[in-house]
Amino acid sequence: MRVNLTVNGRPQEADDVWEGESLLYVLRERLGLPGSKNACEQGECGSCTVRLDGVPVCSCLVAAGQAEGRDVVTVEGLADFARQRDGGGCASGACGGTGLDEAKAWQAGGTDSQTGEGTGLSPIQQAFIDAGAVQCGFCTPGLLVAADEMLERNPTPSDADIREALSGNLCRCTGYEKIMDAVRLAAARQGGAV
Amino acid sequence: MSVPTTPNGTPTKITQGAQTRGGIGESTLRPDGTLKVTGEFAYSSDLWHEDMLWGQILRSTVAHAEIVSIDTSEALALPGVYAVLTYDDLPTEVKHYGLEIQDTPVLAHGKVRHHGEPVAIVAADHPETARRAAAKIKVDYRELPVITDEASATAPDAILVHENRDDHHIGHVPHPNIVHRQPIVRGDVAAARARADVVVTGEYYFGMQDQAFLGPESGLAVPEEDGGVHLYIATQWLHSDLRQIAPVLGLPEDKVRMTLAGVGGAFGGREDLSMQIHACLLALRTGKPVKIVYNRFESFFGHVHRHPARLYYEHGATRDGKLTHVKCRIVLDGGAYASASPAVVGNASSLGVGPYRVDDVEVEAIALYTNNPPCGAMRGFGAVQACFAYEAQMDKVAKELGLDPVEFRQRNAMEQGTLMPTGQPVDSPAPVAELLRRVKAMPMPPERQWESSEGADVRQLPGGLSNTTHGEGVVRGVGYAVGIKNVGFSEGFDDYSTAKVRMEVVGGEPVATVHTAMAEVGQGGVTVHAQIARTELGVAQVTIHPANTEVGSAGSTSASRQTYVTGGAVKNSCELVREKVLELGRRRFGAAHPAWATAELLLEGGKVVTDGGEVLADLVDVLGDDAVEVEAEWRHRPTEPFDLRTGQGNGHVQYSFAAHRAVVEVDTELGLVKVVELACAQDVGKALNPLSVVGQIQGGTTQGLGVAVMEEIVVDPKTAKVRNPSFTDYLIPTILDTPTIPVDVLELADDHAPYGLRGIGEAPTLSSTPAVLAAIRDATGRELNRTPVRPEHLTGTA
Repeated sequence: MRVNLTVNGRPQEADDVWEGESLLYVLRERLGLPGSKNACEQGECGSCTVRLDGVPVCSCLVAAGQAEGRDVVTVEGLADFARQRDGGGCASGACGGTGLDEAKAWQAGGTDSQTGEGTGLSPIQQAFIDAGAVQCGFCTPGLLVAADEMLERNPTPSDADIREALSGNLCRCTGYEKIMDAVRLAAARQGGAV
Repeated sequence: MSVPTTPNGTPTKITQGAQTRGGIGESTLRPDGTLKVTGEFAYSSDLWHEDMLWGQILRSTVAHAEIVSIDTSEALALPGVYAVLTYDDLPTEVKHYGLEIQDTPVLAHGKVRHHGEPVAIVAADHPETARRAAAKIKVDYRELPVITDEASATAPDAILVHENRDDHHIGHVPHPNIVHRQPIVRGDVAAARARADVVVTGEYYFGMQDQAFLGPESGLAVPEEDGGVHLYIATQWLHSDLRQIAPVLGLPEDKVRMTLAGVGGAFGGREDLSMQIHACLLALRTGKPVKIVYNRFESFFGHVHRHPARLYYEHGATRDGKLTHVKCRIVLDGGAYASASPAVVGNASSLGVGPYRVDDVEVEAIALYTNNPPCGAMRGFGAVQACFAYEAQMDKVAKELGLDPVEFRQRNAMEQGTLMPTGQPVDSPAPVAELLRRVKAMPMPPERQWESSEGADVRQLPGGLSNTTHGEGVVRGVGYAVGIKNVGFSEGFDDYSTAKVRMEVVGGEPVATVHTAMAEVGQGGVTVHAQIARTELGVAQVTIHPANTEVGSAGSTSASRQTYVTGGAVKNSCELVREKVLELGRRRFGAAHPAWATAELLLEGGKVVTDGGEVLADLVDVLGDDAVEVEAEWRHRPTEPFDLRTGQGNGHVQYSFAAHRAVVEVDTELGLVKVVELACAQDVGKALNPLSVVGQIQGGTTQGLGVAVMEEIVVDPKTAKVRNPSFTDYLIPTILDTPTIPVDVLELADDHAPYGLRGIGEAPTLSSTPAVLAAIRDATGRELNRTPVRPEHLTGTA
């Protein structure tokens, strides 16, 4: 079957999709976007987290056909997504989610696939690097999408809020402390405290 | 908020590079960080090639059986299938592999020895087609009785898991179903026992833990025009893989090219081969690139686990709180194939007494062959199981003596100069008592930490968002533990690493390129290599070359060894490059200034300077159009094997120490545990990158927490089948399960090691588990002789 969807602001068309394929498979294997990760493919680890019409979901549990006509944001588009959100009068982060029309209005920019340079990172991406929240990095894409969405809803989270919001994302390397540091740092920078 | 994690202590004196930014001792950021946060970092499962096929493995559905027949015809007939291979299709006489003992069949032949053993492999044009084809292969099994524990393995009529063993351990093991046995005998335990005022015994069980790295086993094999193959792979040791792969393919090693793909964690689980040979076989058979990616279910069968262990301990002590003797027996279940079992036995035995001064010791450690899942390397490697048991024993003895458990440990703590039970002197700082003092001195988390102005915050209580208590039935406990881990490969292994370092002018700037075959698995070795090159060569720009087999072996990313050994190799090669650069400078500019001949010269900030700070030349001018390059091997001081009868010998390179304090809250009615805080103090010798050091300590601590309260691969004792191969049923700690982990980093230099550093990755995984167990015992008063602890163990309903 053919699936039409918008990914990171760009209309995409995937052909020859099997009925059993997940959104994760289509992103990774058919649309050349392997940033969303395949750690468990059963909705337990959160490494494949993407925004589907603004809502964070495990893309491994979404059948590709369910994404027909909908908007997807992956880690590859996160920086542009955040920039667009901030430019849209939502610098405080308290904008209560990104609407469908807003999401459709922007496009992800190009990056240097060798070094990643030329990428303006989103605050949460930069905070993950600065705080040492990245080790092997396999959980990182899903955590970034989830953390970014939480900060959009709740710009001043308590530690317990952060833990609750990220409890669907497994990390095996860091013991989560540096991830907590990164989210606190991003929240503080967003609030102008740092 | 956590306690500040600023390193303290006195670092080694450094002259070269002290003025250069981004060198050792700074928390520089990961060079791969940007790629990893943008989703552009290419992990092994992300690789893609035009015309690529997907490989799939058919695994045994039973643990122990003869294979009567295999019928692949239906699978081959499925459209989209390019190849179906079984044992009969293997191209050479080499049909087995293994880290130390080549006992693991590439594909099962005549018999399967554990649940999930590879039987056949398929290549197809869609992963689902490959899966369906594998399901159409008919295998007729005739089941055999299963060997699952020491009693069934060593019974007089026990079936041998491996007939006709000819490995180098068979001569000294008491039964062919025992892989290796290592006794350690020192002093006179009988005489010491007679002096003891108290003698405490205990029997403990440590459950099977999974590494549960998040990036599944995966790789891409691309056939090459010369008949060879290029494998892009997530592994811990490229050259070890290469040595095992090439003979099975019937190719010389130079026709099997290996490049490290992005690795999503390892923790020991990638020491053994997984899909490497299978992908290469399918690629060579079909002439097309073949990618294999395990899903999580298969990953639980696709790598070895941490050995489950039964441990029997006896400790004696005098009234004044001094240990008289320790006697122990450690039985590790190695499962169906040897993997790293012999070395795990060596660690369990030699480190089985812990970081204590004990003159009279009798230790015996064995690893069994059974039909359980194969076990091998996991972070902490044999030292973890022992630490869980000896630390439980230390608490029991302290209680018997009426002593504070920390005080009792400190009275018996080893120090520099103490002899190990192997007779090896500990010849670098061993601040065991000091680490305990530090971890005990950390501020305690507030009582009733779950209380907020709006009432109880259930997220901070046992049971969490299940909302099972608002504080009723909840009691707090505190526990301590300390451990000792060896660093580097032991027992006489030639544990070297290789580094190629190049210096040249690029874009008007001096640039160093560091090329090693080190597997970056997340630990941050690439960060540290760049720091070392900056320090040793006084440059700002360092390029880390992708790891591959075009350079010599770096050894394994295991045993807390890479910063020590490959870091040491990078340092050494940089020093050799520096000498050559200075020689070049002397040739070109020596006549212009006498200091070229007389002064000690350093490279700082892209310039050649005297130790007095005078600038002699710019590196750009010294190098000109020349590139200076050195590839060299580097070795730490040698070790020796343990005597097979007495266990005596200088078997280890270096020791690493960490201590933990756990604070837990237990809902005693439901048996639910909330770890409130898990504080750690560790001696790291020298923190080359303090941010990464603390990250390693916190990560290791959390894996220890996992096996204390939730992680266990459950194997059915009747069928030897794995019952929980998924993240739904095998639980690892989430961010809600994980507490604040304050870290106190001590830096006491080991003069034998580069920069005085100490390998750090594993020690925190040891003491974390027994500290949590001690805290739960403190809270509940229950004995708790097994880990992980489950609710039924705390409610008396087990």
